Amino acid sequence: MAVPLAFFGVFFAYPVASIVSRGLKDGGSWQFARIGEVITDPRIGHVLWFTTWQAAASTALTLLLALPGAYVFARFDFPGKHLLRAVVTVPFVLPTVVVGSAFLALLGRGGLLDELWGVRLDTTVWAILLAHVFFNYAVVVRTVGGLWAQLDPRQEEAARVLGAGRLAAWRRVTLPALGPAVAAAALMVFLFTFTSFGVVQILGGPRYATLEVEIYQQTAQLLDLPTAAVLTLVQFAAVAALLGVHAWTVRRREATLKLVDAARTARRPQGAAQWALLASVLAVVALLVLVPLVVLVLRSLDGPHGYDLTYYRALASAGDNGGTFVVAPLAAIGNSLAYALAATAVAVVVGGLAAAALTRREGRLVRGFDALLMLPLGTSAVTVGFGFLIALDEPPLDLRTSWILVPLAQALVGVPFVVRTMLPVLRAVDVRLREAAAVLGASPLRAWREVDLPLVGRALAVAAGFAFAVSLGEFGATVFIARPDSPTLPVAVARLLGRPGALTYGQAMALSTILMLVCAAALLVLERVRTDRTGEF
Amino acid sequence: MLRLDEVTVRFGERTVLDAVDLSVAEHETVCVLGPSGSGKSTLLRVVAGLQRADAGRVLLAGKDQSAVPTHRRGVGLMFQDHQLFPQRDVAGNVAFGLRMRGTGRAESARRVAELLELVGLPGAQRRPVGALSGGEQQRVALARALAPEPRLLMLDEPLGQLDRSLRERLVVELRALFGRLGTTVLAVTHDQGEAFALADRVVVMRDGHIAQAGTPLEVWRRPASEFVARFLGFDNVVPATVRGECAETVWGRVPVPRGTPEGACRVLVRPAGVRIASVAEGLACDVVARTFRGDHVVVRLRPADGPELEAACALASAPGVGDRVGAVFGVDEVAVLP
Repeated sequence: MAVPLAFFGVFFAYPVASIVSRGLKDGGSWQFARIGEVITDPRIGHVLWFTTWQAAASTALTLLLALPGAYVFARFDFPGKHLLRAVVTVPFVLPTVVVGSAFLALLGRGGLLDELWGVRLDTTVWAILLAHVFFNYAVVVRTVGGLWAQLDPRQEEAARVLGAGRLAAWRRVTLPALGPAVAAAALMVFLFTFTSFGVVQILGGPRYATLEVEIYQQTAQLLDLPTAAVLTLVQFAAVAALLGVHAWTVRRREATLKLVDAARTARRPQGAAQWALLASVLAVVALLVLVPLVVLVLRSLDGPHGYDLTYYRALASAGDNGGTFVVAPLAAIGNSLAYALAATAVAVVVGGLAAAALTRREGRLVRGFDALLMLPLGTSAVTVGFGFLIALDEPPLDLRTSWILVPLAQALVGVPFVVRTMLPVLRAVDVRLREAAAVLGASPLRAWREVDLPLVGRALAVAAGFAFAVSLGEFGATVFIARPDSPTLPVAVARLLGRPGALTYGQAMALSTILMLVCAAALLVLERVRTDRTGEF
Repeated sequence: MLRLDEVTVRFGERTVLDAVDLSVAEHETVCVLGPSGSGKSTLLRVVAGLQRADAGRVLLAGKDQSAVPTHRRGVGLMFQDHQLFPQRDVAGNVAFGLRMRGTGRAESARRVAELLELVGLPGAQRRPVGALSGGEQQRVALARALAPEPRLLMLDEPLGQLDRSLRERLVVELRALFGRLGTTVLAVTHDQGEAFALADRVVVMRDGHIAQAGTPLEVWRRPASEFVARFLGFDNVVPATVRGECAETVWGRVPVPRGTPEGACRVLVRPAGVRIASVAEGLACDVVARTFRGDHVVVRLRPADGPELEAACALASAPGVGDRVGAVFGVDEVAVLP
């Protein structure tokens, strides 16, 4: 437990604390009056209100569209199910920047809808909401559907035999069992959309800003640190409250249910109604998930002289993009991969140790630690990034010029995924298996290697893959600390989008496509090694 | 081979093992018998070093084991629910202990084949353990425990989860196997049939201490206490006062073995010692229940006074429910309890 705690202390708590204190301290004394001033500022009030209601609306819309999907994936067997489940997960690991550009290509000026019907949604809130649904569809399908698939259908059958109608049986038996999972999924979606940055930054235009976007603007553009600090605290409080509720629902979910093997509960749809449900879910997936991805790819190929690789070729040189880069954008691929690999290594070590510590011990303190590990997911990445710059640039920790800074920030986001993936698997390893190995002559270390490692090895691979994907897509913190001469893919995409002109736009689409393909490839590898028990994401 | 010296284990307030003394000689099979919660599994865990004793010593071949970690004790333990390693196949499980001792690949493969032959699963090496039936898992677990040739083999409810016919067959096989290999065995079970069939010596446990130890015949013939008698399934126990060769009870006079000291005690009449006769001949009883047991019938009798009693009788002569009969007690099946 010491290593993860130290890691979080030095690379999370310290930078965040130092940026907050820098913002709120004036001449050595705390200026708490700022808090009141900022919160009562009508502009900030507007941002807060928008952040909250768009998160609520996104969550409601995601649940509405994804719950039928969760049911279909849990209970039906149909050809291509596994591939499709991997496909709907692709958006979740996609960098927010790519999601933003994909929806820009679909809904924006000169986008698909604009060309077809003259409809533009990029300046409306609908673009943001749809992008959020796209992004979080998999969270609901995996969290709720994963549990749903493991609920014993015989429970419902028992209720039927006892005289409950089909609907009553579902309402009285299945729904209460699913309730906590639905609540947990809703909270996760709310959390992700509440702190949404890349999507809103790209699709929101000047009119819409979430807290996170506002923090970015206050910090990076207006250089108003005190306001940014207050906003960081506000977001911190909101996220902490959400995580508290989340931890509570998770505990309730773990406590009560008897689960069965998911493979045995699914069967072919029967009757017109079930086929219709399957068809409508597939249609939603096609429209919501596949179309934006396809459009993104098409845009990247749709050059000035018809479909070709113009934009991809332009990526290879530094000179063709109006001086946006000092290096060729293509170099960003190498940077991203190197950073993401380092970040994955850090996340796996820290997260693995944390998960091991959480498995071995019980009690309130441990649960607190569990929640603490989730905090980086909800904390303003912008704050973390900027905090890195401020806090880690002087002795004893002068890392500002070190390349390690980027992987460290990215690992911070990867750790929660590693912990979430490893924990259920580690908890499932029966203590007596280790005892059996010991009786047969295996030392504790040997027993761990022979018994635990093979059982959790696959989960470890999955965890590493997730950490890799989220590190690859990390934007909020990286945008601050990546050096201009070594941008990562998402940073390069954002820079390209920030420039006018068809060529840079096309290049952004091309680079996003590359990023998407790398993430999708990582995910497809994951689906192959995925174990039944692995995690919630 | 194994000696326990006043071994005590406490879980918080509860004393699970209370100053237990026990020894197992070389090549001996000892069965610890007791109801669930009597501390038998904890006893095995203490010997294996999986559970620390709060007081007392465990000696293997005369050496104190308190500082020896589990993996160096050289004992074998077959877990109640087998605990086969799910990610390994049958051969991988059986060879595990051999690998830990650094046995070579060829030698280890030979041993595995030999052991699988021994437990009646020849050629099962490559099968995944998840696909085995309960009885087959059981055999694999046994082969795995035997493979490193432990100086003491411990079995926790070895046949617990198996169906009756398989269990009866395996008991016979196990006993023959242990006799042939000369293995020293300490087993625990809650099933007296299993214990009596398997063991050279039976140790009955109750609430963390030993209630009786002896050969199966001794324990069967002369239970040391009412608890042991009732645990063995004998419910015909009444308070009594011995005078000469008879004991006075609410059931009337019960003959007792010669040489029984006079005074207050309890007597046990095994069901086989209750003969059904006419009302005039013995204790007048109503037949309230009749249970078919295959080769005989057990009838439950309600006398006018005192506790109900059971009688075992032959199929042909068994009375029906509602009949009024007389019960006569035979001295051969009477045991005197303190």
